[in-house]
Amino acid sequence: MVGYISRRLIGMLPVLFGITVVTFFVIHLSPGKPTRLQAEMSPRISLEARERLDRLYGLDKPVHEQYWQWVKRLARFDLGRSFVDERPVSTKILERLPITIAINVLSLALIFSIAVPIGVASAVREGSLLDRVSTVVVFIGFAVPTFWLALLLMSFFGVHLGWLPISGIKSIDFEEYNIIEKCIDMAGHLILPVFVSAFAGLAGISRYMRTSMLDVLNRDFIRTARAKGLPENKVIYKHALKNALLPIVTIVGLSVPGLIGGSVIFESIYAIPGMGKLFYDSVMARDYPVIMGILFIGAVLTLVGNLLADVIYACVDPRIRVSGR
Amino acid sequence: MKKFNKLAVFGFVVVAVMASAAVFAPFITGCDPGAIDLGNSLMPPSIQHIMGTDSLGRDLFSRMVYGARISLSVGFVAVGISVVAGIILGSLAGYYGGWVDSVISRFIDIMLCFPTFFLILATIAVLGPGIWNIMVIIGLTGWMGAARLIRAEILSLKEREFVEAARAVGASDLRIIACHLIPNGIGPVLVSATLGVAGAILTESALSFLGLGVQPPVPSWGNILTEAKSTLGIAWWITVFPGLAILITVLGYNLLGEGLREHFNPHRRQ
Repeated sequence: MVGYISRRLIGMLPVLFGITVVTFFVIHLSPGKPTRLQAEMSPRISLEARERLDRLYGLDKPVHEQYWQWVKRLARFDLGRSFVDERPVSTKILERLPITIAINVLSLALIFSIAVPIGVASAVREGSLLDRVSTVVVFIGFAVPTFWLALLLMSFFGVHLGWLPISGIKSIDFEEYNIIEKCIDMAGHLILPVFVSAFAGLAGISRYMRTSMLDVLNRDFIRTARAKGLPENKVIYKHALKNALLPIVTIVGLSVPGLIGGSVIFESIYAIPGMGKLFYDSVMARDYPVIMGILFIGAVLTLVGNLLADVIYACVDPRIRVSGR
Repeated sequence: MKKFNKLAVFGFVVVAVMASAAVFAPFITGCDPGAIDLGNSLMPPSIQHIMGTDSLGRDLFSRMVYGARISLSVGFVAVGISVVAGIILGSLAGYYGGWVDSVISRFIDIMLCFPTFFLILATIAVLGPGIWNIMVIIGLTGWMGAARLIRAEILSLKEREFVEAARAVGASDLRIIACHLIPNGIGPVLVSATLGVAGAILTESALSFLGLGVQPPVPSWGNILTEAKSTLGIAWWITVFPGLAILITVLGYNLLGEGLREHFNPHRRQ
């Protein structure tokens, strides 16, 4: 197992290198220096700050040297300072990251606990009313714009019914609450964002679950299990489900970039102080160091998500780690 | 010839209706989508304004119809760019193999690591918003799927006899790729492009909603919804109609795409 993980880690190095190149390239697409554009866009930035930026990024040096300087700082987790408030980018990202990861983990949990049963049920009863209804719901789920769903839920549960708070992650008088009230307050604020963030994934994963389950149910070992007289429950939940869940692990790993990317939308609608909101604000303010930092961190998170999915896969399926040798 | 399923036909109808609305926009609505009438702002749906008016008194229906033009053309152009870029890189990787394949495949892996929406927003931050920019940016961040599909197709096609025959009569690599391999392997790419249009329309609407896509006063379904946020609870029609338009159009393209995929999938044909 350790061998498998270290092989995967070594395999990730060239990809990590590529991520730094693409991140650097994207920010240097602009004609002229990023700091000049920044200065034109926002008069708030002082001449002195601009000169320091030029020095910091070595913008007077050739591009490959600039890249090398940037990577060297990156290796020490120094992502530079924000144009807007001069604070270190790494600090800004780190203080926002936990809330985004928490919401994404919660929505992954929600996706799993709803999508897997739906997928299994519609595969077991293929062609039934449940299957057809869930197929239609899945297609609609794929087509709903996330931000529109967020608006609708906000207007219905927040404005119309007044049941749920519509922005932020805590109420104004949060500090005066006791611990239980604090938990309830946070949970209330998180219901809508977590649901919205899970919604698109819900449709996709339940669809994959159905396909995967159908695939497994047609295999020989299921016929064998039935032939030797196992009860149907045991065939489905013990023999089929275990095998059908395997590919889903990979799919969940692949859905990580979508979830992280989607955080921009619901975090900016619900005013949640997470990484997505920070990214949106930085794009609006053309705050290049922060944009570069988040782009890099986003890609690294995806890489880590994929690695985790592969490791879990290897844990539950011994064939993978043996054949990789 | 197997018949298409009903859902795919429904998808085709939706796509056709939306496309004709976009093409014939001036004939469908008599109103100018930009005509401001402050006396009639935020009017609910009525005979004169069947979808109501926005806060500047502009007719929502005509903004929706003209918005269809923008949203659909962004979807089409962006996917066109993705498909062309994907076909070029994917066929090079599939045909030449070796280090060319390794480099391109690794590049695809790297691009897939980035949350697409982050990559798009970062590029917009550098190049600025606007309809042309987002077409190109959505296109250039979404070619990886097409590249993988065509690469896989060409890998299996290039060993076949007709390719050997073409080589025997002295056809160049470029000719073999462009005239023999791509036409034979393009099917799955075109099917997935149908789904890609749906994705691009969703991306465009989200960008325009956030104020980073199509800029007002040019109407797009996404930027009409920007106003919905401030009129939440006052003017339901501004929230409901553009969202439904996006939903139905994207649903149409998805159903059509799935129908095509099922139709051309040899495993499903019995």
